[in-house]
Amino acid sequence: MKKLFSRRNFLKGGLATTAAAAVLKNKETKASGDFEGYPDGMGVLVDLTRCVGCRSCEAACNKEQELPEPAKPFTDFSIFDEMHHGQKRRTDETAYTVVNRYDVPELDHPLFRKFQCNHCQEPACLTSCFVNAYTKTPEGAVIYNSKVCVGCRTCMIACPFYVPTFKYSSAFSPKIMKCVFCYDTRLKEGKAPACVEACPQEALTFGKRVDCIDMGRQRIRETPGKYVDHIYGEHEVGGTAWMYLSSVPFDKVGFDTHVPKEPIINSVKDFLAMVPMVLTIWPGLFVGFHLLATRKEKMMEMEKEKELAKQKATDEKEEQV
Amino acid sequence: MKLFSKERPDIPIVNHLKADGTEWTVKEKLWLGLSVSEYKKQFFRNPVNWLMIAIFAVGVPLIVGRYIFGLGWVTHASNDYPWGLFLGFGLFGMVPLSASGFMLGTTVELFGRKDFHAIERLALLNGLLGYFFAVLFLEVDLGMPWRLPYPMFVSLGPAAVLFLVAWHVATYLSVQIAEVLPAFFEWIGWLKGKRIIRKYVLGLTVAGIILSTLHQGALGALFTYAPAKVHPLWLSVNFQWIHFFCSSIFAGLSMVIIASTLIKNFMGWRCDDEFKDNLDYITIGLAKGASYAMITYLIIKIVAVAHDQEWSYLLTGWGSYYMLELGVAVVLPMFMFAIGIRNKWVTLIRFGAFIAAFGIIWNRLNTALICYNWQMYQEIPHWKEVWITITIYSLYFLTYRFIVYRLPIVYGWKGEK
Ligand code: SF4
Ligand code: SF4
Ligand code: SF4
Repeated sequence: MKKLFSRRNFLKGGLATTAAAAVLKNKETKASGDFEGYPDGMGVLVDLTRCVGCRSCEAACNKEQELPEPAKPFTDFSIFDEMHHGQKRRTDETAYTVVNRYDVPELDHPLFRKFQCNHCQEPACLTSCFVNAYTKTPEGAVIYNSKVCVGCRTCMIACPFYVPTFKYSSAFSPKIMKCVFCYDTRLKEGKAPACVEACPQEALTFGKRVDCIDMGRQRIRETPGKYVDHIYGEHEVGGTAWMYLSSVPFDKVGFDTHVPKEPIINSVKDFLAMVPMVLTIWPGLFVGFHLLATRKEKMMEMEKEKELAKQKATDEKEEQV
Repeated sequence: MKLFSKERPDIPIVNHLKADGTEWTVKEKLWLGLSVSEYKKQFFRNPVNWLMIAIFAVGVPLIVGRYIFGLGWVTHASNDYPWGLFLGFGLFGMVPLSASGFMLGTTVELFGRKDFHAIERLALLNGLLGYFFAVLFLEVDLGMPWRLPYPMFVSLGPAAVLFLVAWHVATYLSVQIAEVLPAFFEWIGWLKGKRIIRKYVLGLTVAGIILSTLHQGALGALFTYAPAKVHPLWLSVNFQWIHFFCSSIFAGLSMVIIASTLIKNFMGWRCDDEFKDNLDYITIGLAKGASYAMITYLIIKIVAVAHDQEWSYLLTGWGSYYMLELGVAVVLPMFMFAIGIRNKWVTLIRFGAFIAAFGIIWNRLNTALICYNWQMYQEIPHWKEVWITITIYSLYFLTYRFIVYRLPIVYGWKGEK
């Protein structure tokens, strides 16, 4: 049953019957929904045990992406104590990546976690966007086209990692802002992203996603006891290009361990499968109801007509007589 | 208006002809047959209008400011809470309350229930305006409001739920315009137009059911994109679309009961006898329909909790809040309807309808705002956001009243049929 119902098939089926499908001559529609991931996609393995919270990656990203200068310099570590609504720092329109500090009771030193878009294999942002503003490139980056974005912010609702941020401060050219894997400036040419290159601790390792997984497994295997036996991002929401290794359970260092293991789009399937059914079944059903409901009236009308005709005939007869 | 309608025999206008045999011009019809100074007098005599003026005095500058200084200037909507009050109330709340159009269209045109005829047009108008203003709320909320047609014509993402919502709301809006047009044609006296639309009524009605089922459901399905964010009691991945669709049925019916109650009490001069005499009977009928939908809704809500194995959540604080919502928003009005139907206590039904409509808005706000990110923190809307929401809602009220004052919605047009 699962096979029969693969997303690709059923989306095609769904589309064929969607009223809107008639106008779909757009080649790009391929990119939405039925993306399977690219075998040669790149990835980054983040090793939390190596990160020292120097914020070099933040600084490098800020420069590479030409983001505004922050209020406090990147050498100011007091920001690790900042809290907003009881939450640690998050990315926003001025920062595509942030590093946060986590004090774990059983360790004598804090852990740091770098956080940015995880560049999912089947991105929820992409599948939820109704103008196709997102693209998953063959290199593995999830990039965004601000020229077609309407600003509905559904992608922000859909992203399980709270990544896309909106430029609320602008009335005339707002847009979604998030890490783009340095796609235009580096990834396209096969180069490592700026943040990875800037890391002095080699906490970030850039490579093919499959190789990153291998490397992660190898590290777990070769240094027993150092890591928990899990690569965060290998399977989360269907797999992500950025993955993490940690020495403590992931929920202790700010990861959401409740995100589904399947791509987000899977939870929307029930509804999408229902759409073509309603489109095809409803018209027949309701016209049928209509005929049934109004039959009595019609019969009565017909009766009346017959009566009238009879009356007329008898009248005529009488006249003849 | 009451004053004039009592004193002057030719007002309210229900005919193309004045008492002296000459024809009303459209302009005179627009002024309700009053002179400008008379019109002003009646306008400023009404305390509701003063309230409106006060609301607009603050609200309009705020809306203008939103387009100059950006969304951030008026809302607390943030990167964690992308959808605030504009969508939570304006889209997710207004749309189910506007399900009345397809409900009554189906009842009258499709099932041939002529006994509900007197309220059909009010239900259609209620639907049309509700949708129109939901789009207006959307226009305030969208980051790039000028790109509203993009999902239609420029860049299509057909596999997204919001794509369905956009297309269906847009097409359904045109269906509803077509359904309300006959009233307008009668009023301006263009009978040919009316006859043309009459021919397509069945098609329009069927289209209405399909589109409504899908987009009422789709609004629910939007939240299935956030399976880990909305509180599990308010989000049932498998049933969300049915929950939204089913609750829209009693929401729409309750909303017509409310609208007709208000109109009967405050615009009695505008209603004709068919409307006034049938209203109690119709209200009971609507309540019957609504209570069936409510019992179904309650059952599928419980089925969802059972299916997702969420019983333990019911024992938490959120669980109590959930039960409170179901109790106040569904069970209470359902009993009021049941008792009202049984004893023919129309007033009780009308109170029940108010509670049910409030309950729907409450449920949608819970899903979109209050129980969203329940594990993180609570978002409290900015006062400007609240004020803008009230402003647009007031505009909705004024438009509603403007049309009901004039077009044959709650009265039959006399003269050529
Ligand atoms: S992490 Fe969020 S924004 Fe990044 S690709 Fe995944 S769903 Fe999209
Ligand atoms: S905000 Fe833009 S990118 Fe995000 S879903 Fe809406 S249209 Fe797509
Ligand atoms: S990959 Fe590029 S855009 Fe993303 S966080 Fe690193 S430097 Fe910034």
